[in-house]
Amino acid sequence: MNTLFVQHFGNDENRKLSYYTAQMMGYQAARRAILEMKPEQIIEDVKKSSIRGRGGAGFPTGMKWGFLPKESAKPKYLVCNADESEPGTFKDRDIIRYTPHLLIEGMIIGSYAIGCTHAYIYIRGEYTREAKILQEAIDEAYKNGFLGKGIFNSSFNLDVTLHRGAGAYICGEETALLNSLEGKRGEPRVKPPFPALVGAFSCPTAVNNVETIATVPHILNRGAEWYAKLGRIEKSGGTRLMSVSGHVKNPGVYEVEAGSITLRQLIEDHAGGCWKDKKIKAVIPGGSSAPVLTADEIDVVLDIEPFQKIGTMMGSGAVMVCDEDTDMVQLIWRITKFYAHESCGQCTPCREGCHWMEAILHRILHGAGAEKDLDMLLDIANNIGGKTLCALGDAAAGPVISFVKKFRTEFESYIRGQKKYA
Amino acid sequence: MEKVLSQKFYDKMSKLEQRYPIRNALILPALHAAQEEFGWLPKEAMDEVAVFIGVHPAQIREVASFYTMYNLSPVGEKHLKICTNVSCMLRGAYDLVTHCEKKLQIKTGETTVDGKFTLSEEECLGACGTAPAMMVNDDYHENLSIERINQILEGRAP
Repeated sequence: MNTLFVQHFGNDENRKLSYYTAQMMGYQAARRAILEMKPEQIIEDVKKSSIRGRGGAGFPTGMKWGFLPKESAKPKYLVCNADESEPGTFKDRDIIRYTPHLLIEGMIIGSYAIGCTHAYIYIRGEYTREAKILQEAIDEAYKNGFLGKGIFNSSFNLDVTLHRGAGAYICGEETALLNSLEGKRGEPRVKPPFPALVGAFSCPTAVNNVETIATVPHILNRGAEWYAKLGRIEKSGGTRLMSVSGHVKNPGVYEVEAGSITLRQLIEDHAGGCWKDKKIKAVIPGGSSAPVLTADEIDVVLDIEPFQKIGTMMGSGAVMVCDEDTDMVQLIWRITKFYAHESCGQCTPCREGCHWMEAILHRILHGAGAEKDLDMLLDIANNIGGKTLCALGDAAAGPVISFVKKFRTEFESYIRGQKKYA
Repeated sequence: MEKVLSQKFYDKMSKLEQRYPIRNALILPALHAAQEEFGWLPKEAMDEVAVFIGVHPAQIREVASFYTMYNLSPVGEKHLKICTNVSCMLRGAYDLVTHCEKKLQIKTGETTVDGKFTLSEEECLGACGTAPAMMVNDDYHENLSIERINQILEGRAP
C-alpha cells in the first residue's frame, strides 16, 4: 500500500524544515513548478492526477483551478480551507501538526498555477496549537526564501497569511469561509457567482481543503499518472486519509489507496475492529452529514462513487463506528442538535426545521413521542433537503431520514414506552 | 472615550494591517486579540475595536455574536468546554459532563460562585481519534477519563 502522509505523522520533529527537505523532497516540486513549468501545465497535471477535493464535496481540483480566469484585472486568491469541523474529521489536523511544509509548498504551487500573489489559510479558531505550528513553519519558509519576493530567484512573489476562525461549523462552507475572512458573519453566499469569479474580497478565488493542497507537491514529484493510478476507480486518484473514530479498538488517521479496500476492511484490518469484542451496529461513513449505514452495508468499496451508489457519501473521510449497544435515537438527536446549533439562520427551512427535528427527537427520547412523529420527522427533513442556500440543510436532513428508515424499531420502542432513556 | 485595549493590541494590529486588502478583514483577529486581554469581550473593548476598524459598533457586535469562541459575558478562570459530539459521545463524554456538574455543583453553561470554573458543552473539536476531548481555555485535553478530569479540576494535571 502506497502512502503519502501517514509515515510522517506522530513525530513532532517531522514538522521542521530540515526533515522536510531531507526526507520529503522538500520544496523541490515548487522549485521545478516556478522555474520550469507554465501555470497551465500544472493545472493540466492536477487534472490528469484525478484528485478530487478532500474537504467533502469531492469536486475535481484541476477543474476548479481551471475555472479561474487566466487574465484578470483584479488580484486572484488561493484560500486554504483548514476549518476542519465536520464531526469525525481530524486528518487535516495531523497534516498541519506533522507536515506543515507540505501544505505550504502546495500553497506555493497552487498560487503559481492560478496566478495568486497573496494566499490565505483559514484555520478553525480552536486549533490554537496547530495555528502556532503552522505560523512557525510559514515563518521558516519566509526565512529560507520559499515565500516572499522573488521566490527561487524568479519573478514570482507570494505571501501566505494565516487567518484564524472563531468557532462556527458553517465556515467550512467555502462562501461562508470567505465572508468570515472578510470580517463578516459566516453566512454562505448565494451562488452563482461562484468563488472562481467572485470570491475573497470580490476577486477570483480558489478554495481548497488542506489535504487537497498538501497532495499537490506529491503529484508533481511522483507524476500525475502515478498518482492517478493509486486510485482504483477512474476519475478518483490517489490515496485517502481516513479519520476513524467511535467504537473501534484503534481510532486514528489511516491512509489507503482510493478504492483499494472496503469500508469493513478499513474498520477491521486498519482500526482493529469494533472495541470490547462487540459487534458493529452501524457506521457513519463520511462525517456526521453522511447518511448512516447498517453493519451489513459496510462491504462497500472505499471511494466516492461506490458510497454515492448506496445512498451515502464519503464526505471528508470521517468514519464513526457504533457498537451493538449504541442508542441510535440518542445519537441522531445529538447529531440534529449539532445542526440546529450550527445553522446560520439565513434559510427558513434549515433555521426552523433543524430545531423542530431536534425538539421532536428530544421528546421521543424522553418518553413523550407519538407514532406520527416519525412521519413528521421525515416530512420536515424532506422539506429542508435541497431547499437551502448551502449544503448544511442536506447535511441535517440526510442523517435523520436514514436513521428513521434503518432503525425505525428503535424509535418505536421509545414511542411505545418499551424503552426509557437512561 | 477612554481606551481599554493595550498597546500590545495596537502593535499586533499594525503588523496585520498590511496583510489584508480590506480593513474589515481585521475584525476577527482584532476580536481575538481583544479577548486575550480580558478573557471575554466587554462592551468597551468591542466599541474600541469598532473605532479602530472604522465601523459602527453594531457591526462588531453582529460579528462577535455569530462565533462561539467570543465570550460576550465573563467566564471562569478555567473554561471547560467538553465536546459531546458523536465520537466523544460514543466514548462517554456525557458521563464526563455529569461528573463535572456534580463536582463543581453547577449546570452546564454556568460558572462556579468563586469564578474559577465555567462548564460548557462544545461541538466537535477535531479530536475524535483521541475522544473524549475538551478544551480548557485555549488548550486541548484528550483521551479524557474521570480521573484525568479530576486531575485537571484539582490543578494536578501536568
